[in-house]
Amino acid sequence: MTSIERHEYDVIVIGAGGAGLRAAVEAREANLRVAIICKSLFGKAHTVMAEGGAAASMGNVNEKDNWQVHFRDTMRGGKFLNHYRMAELHAKESPDRIWELETWGALFDRTKEGKISQRNFGGHEYPRLAHVGDRTGLELIRTMQQKIVALQQEDGKKFGSMEANIKVFAELTVTEILKEQGQIAGVYGYWRESGAEVLFEAPTVIIATGGVGKTFKITSNSWEGTGDGHALALKAGANLVDMEFLQFHPTGMVWPPSVRGILVTESVRGEGGVLTNDKYADNEAEADRWYLDQDNNRRPPELLPRDEVARAINSEVKAGRGTEHGGVFLDVSKRLSAEVIKKRLPSMWHQFFELAGVDITKEAMEVGPTCHYVMGGVEVEPDTAAAVGVPGLFAAGEVAGGMHGSNRLGGNSLSDLLVFGRRAGIGASEYAKKANRIPVRESSIKAASERIEAPFSRVGGENSYSLHAELQEITHNLVGIVRTGAELKEAIERIAEIRKRSANVSVSGGRHFNPGFHLAFDLDNMLLVAESTAKSAILREESRGGHTRDDFPGMNSKWRQINHISSFDGSKVNVRAQALPAIPKELYDLFDVHELEKYLTADEIAKGGSK
Amino acid sequence: MARNLNMRIWRGNATDGGLENVVVEANEGEVVLDVIHRVQATQMGDLAVRWNCKAGKCGSCSMEINGRPRLACMTQISSFAEEETITVTPLRAFPVIKDLVTDVSFNYRKAMEVPAYAHPTNLAPGEARMEQVDVERSQEFRKCIECFLCQDTCHVIRDHEENKKSFAGPRFFIRIAELDMHPLDTLRNRKQTAQTEHGLGMCNITKCCSEVCPEHIRITDNAIIPMKERVVDVKYDPLAWLGSKIFKREGIV
Amino acid sequence: MSGVFSANRAKISERTLRTDRWWLQPAFIVLVLSSFIVYATFRAFENDNYFSGANSLISPFYSPCLSKACVEGASMVGTPIGILHIFGATVSPSLFILLFPLGFRLTCYYYRKGYYRSFWMSPPACAVAEPHKTYTGETRAPLILQNSHRYFFFAGLVLNVFLTIDAVLAFRRPDSSGQMHWGHVSVGSLVLLANATFLWLYSLSCHTCRHTIGGRLRNFSKHPVRYRAWTYVSILNHKHQNFAWISLFGVAFADFYVRLVSSGSISNFFFF
Repeated sequence: MTSIERHEYDVIVIGAGGAGLRAAVEAREANLRVAIICKSLFGKAHTVMAEGGAAASMGNVNEKDNWQVHFRDTMRGGKFLNHYRMAELHAKESPDRIWELETWGALFDRTKEGKISQRNFGGHEYPRLAHVGDRTGLELIRTMQQKIVALQQEDGKKFGSMEANIKVFAELTVTEILKEQGQIAGVYGYWRESGAEVLFEAPTVIIATGGVGKTFKITSNSWEGTGDGHALALKAGANLVDMEFLQFHPTGMVWPPSVRGILVTESVRGEGGVLTNDKYADNEAEADRWYLDQDNNRRPPELLPRDEVARAINSEVKAGRGTEHGGVFLDVSKRLSAEVIKKRLPSMWHQFFELAGVDITKEAMEVGPTCHYVMGGVEVEPDTAAAVGVPGLFAAGEVAGGMHGSNRLGGNSLSDLLVFGRRAGIGASEYAKKANRIPVRESSIKAASERIEAPFSRVGGENSYSLHAELQEITHNLVGIVRTGAELKEAIERIAEIRKRSANVSVSGGRHFNPGFHLAFDLDNMLLVAESTAKSAILREESRGGHTRDDFPGMNSKWRQINHISSFDGSKVNVRAQALPAIPKELYDLFDVHELEKYLTADEIAKGGSK
Repeated sequence: MARNLNMRIWRGNATDGGLENVVVEANEGEVVLDVIHRVQATQMGDLAVRWNCKAGKCGSCSMEINGRPRLACMTQISSFAEEETITVTPLRAFPVIKDLVTDVSFNYRKAMEVPAYAHPTNLAPGEARMEQVDVERSQEFRKCIECFLCQDTCHVIRDHEENKKSFAGPRFFIRIAELDMHPLDTLRNRKQTAQTEHGLGMCNITKCCSEVCPEHIRITDNAIIPMKERVVDVKYDPLAWLGSKIFKREGIV
Repeated sequence: MSGVFSANRAKISERTLRTDRWWLQPAFIVLVLSSFIVYATFRAFENDNYFSGANSLISPFYSPCLSKACVEGASMVGTPIGILHIFGATVSPSLFILLFPLGFRLTCYYYRKGYYRSFWMSPPACAVAEPHKTYTGETRAPLILQNSHRYFFFAGLVLNVFLTIDAVLAFRRPDSSGQMHWGHVSVGSLVLLANATFLWLYSLSCHTCRHTIGGRLRNFSKHPVRYRAWTYVSILNHKHQNFAWISLFGVAFADFYVRLVSSGSISNFFFF
């Protein structure tokens, strides 16, 4: 084995999205040396795709807003499956996180008084989302990217090297989290550009790798969303919590391919889009009248809640009444004039016209469910973001579970990144300062290196692209937006089969920037995530938030008391039930008891929250 | 309706390479990135290409298509004539790594050279008040997705490698303009350093940066020329300089 | 080898892979600007056929006419400049004023783009390799003088005032006794009016104007009037390129028309 590149740091952050960068800033401010590792170029993380805004109860637009209201909204959105402490910390701290961004140069849209403007969003009682047009995610990423540069400039003045204390390793894939004596010792990976292997030694690792969308055929996520962090954590001995909960957006574009997965915002339906093809208005004429006279007409079906729209689309497609690409048509051109569409939905119109030549003022959009966000993720201690069971491992952002329960409210993800990114940074820093550093053994390095080399040593094996396509087909059809026990059983068997075949993936070409090679590792991660999701989903015999069972359509308070914990035994994922922590009295009392009756069991109501 | 598309794709690395002909299926409504992915999945498994969001929001899939710097995810196949061969090459202003992937680290080095935003020390988080009209100019520049197409097309560095050390490029001129127009930034020498450190004077405003910007940021008209005028205020115009000394006029510092 | 042919860049032998007719625009600009320069030079030195008292018309190339060499009646504000001779030839009065509009256009941010691309081929078109070995932009003499644009802008405004007065005066017609009467409209008066209008639009849409009127401010909210003015100028500024061309053609045409009239080639048609 040739000598490999080696680095030593105090904190390693995997992922340069919102959570990763926020964690890195915090760790550097604690005077630690930080490495940020990302698969893409710096600043390209999926966070840039977030449009709506960041939820924070600053009360700039409506003074009645406060953390308690935000907490209530979040718990309701998550159907009370949220870890109460995470939802509490999130609601309390997000205003400070937003204000802090402003001191780093962020320029949010303003109110008349010159404060940060806040907009309404589904599930939030008051206008709460700090935003910059429809590019809030980009603003967050850029602000933190520039904050990191600011810190590097400080270090440059002090130490003569801008990269003395914080360095970005862009386009580097982490293949393994290394442990020695049961605690974190570093990470192993390779440069995507050269294929050269790199060892990072550090007592703490923060996982902030985002989502798992690429496990599914149609997704709004980019290629990076391959569940790397979920899989790395599992393999390192951490747990995943509630992996059955995925947010599918019912109306994502399915065709043409250039816009596949892109969300058609709910406002399209709100503005009068017709979903061609129930218990609401049963004809278009009545639906049309509802917009003018809402008292005497039934509302059109497209304004049903997200989950119900999803179910309706799914049943149409599965009954063979869908389009040839597996979607349904969404048409705004029927009810609104071209002018009105362009005025009310400018970015939608522009996006589809520019990306696919589809003019939504003239023709229907072909839409279907698209995988958007995973609520499940690494099981963490809420206050420190420390991964349960692995000393030195932390997780924040989409990769961490618990915060959003069974369904995430729009706008809560950007604030989640900031709140828990910072907490992970603090948690990791405190741990790193006290930790015993254990050097990585040569035998561990050798094993990690061999795993990277493996796909090249096989000849004529499976093609990673086609295996990935097969996996996506299975997950989309069987573990998708609407599930049944039988389908999930089939999915589990077929995923296991692909997993077996994936051990035989071979790669053509060299190590030099070879996407086929990169996919071989991503594939392994996605298989673990898919297995975890399918196995959690088959156990949960109810429908709640992002988990919809056709064979168990209702929500059941008994199931609310249970989290599903996934762990990995080296060959397969095992899922077990674990009791959800009970809500303490002071938070319990924030709700009206009649509302709680919807979610909690009679026993729980009788107790009235834990003391 | 699928059709066969003739393409020439540049393949190679830092030492050697050339255009290779491929015929690939293209469907209605597809963009160049879609067909490149099809080539990758069916014919050239190791074809290197950068991409992320595939929605024109991240600026990763920058390349040159028929000689023009473009985002591959925003270039529709239907914008070319039926019989046209589409030629795809890596960005030609930066060192090539492999195939369509170039080394854009120049841009990140330049980003580190622009002094960061300096918030007033007497304003605690949450105390800042800014009016919408005062932030709008800077907000336009913050739309930048860092695709670096402007940097690629700028002849100052595209055609003169030696200028790279002294020239920040359009992407960072909009960054400097953003900060100089920021209502609260306290660093007052950005105009001077734009000229002395970042090479604003090298720009001869031929506007290619504005032409290629996928975000339609009016780089030249709204950032570079206003910055050139602000530089004149502090460096070349004796009257403006005198005015600033006598009246302590705002905006000319 | 430098530029796109540098050692570490992708090996591509073509200067550009553009498939469109990218050379068309620079070629067109060379043609049009060259024609204008030839014509304007000829007219500046011609020192004749620039004024028609009977039609109240004066060429924009010669107004304001400040030299004692001006034909009678052409001077509006007196003739502070004496008659100069160089190598026996009288210096044309045009030369004393033409410097200012020339300087204004030469340092104009739009024309700079135009001639850097077309005449200097730096670059000839976007993503087309330029022929020069070295490049220093506008950092040293003489191009550093481009920063004087604002002074030419203000001089241009003064000239615009004169040319506007010329246009107004053209709405007069002398009777048989030579007495001037207001309220008449001729083709010539409309030509001068159009010319003055285009020149104002060109000046007001200028980047320096936009900077001066409000662009240099850090906080618009503290200067509502200037902010309002800035927004209007910004709208015009979008069309600066168009105004640059229209006003160039306009001024050449106005001069040409006055030349035709004053040389007697055509007679100026009066509508009333």
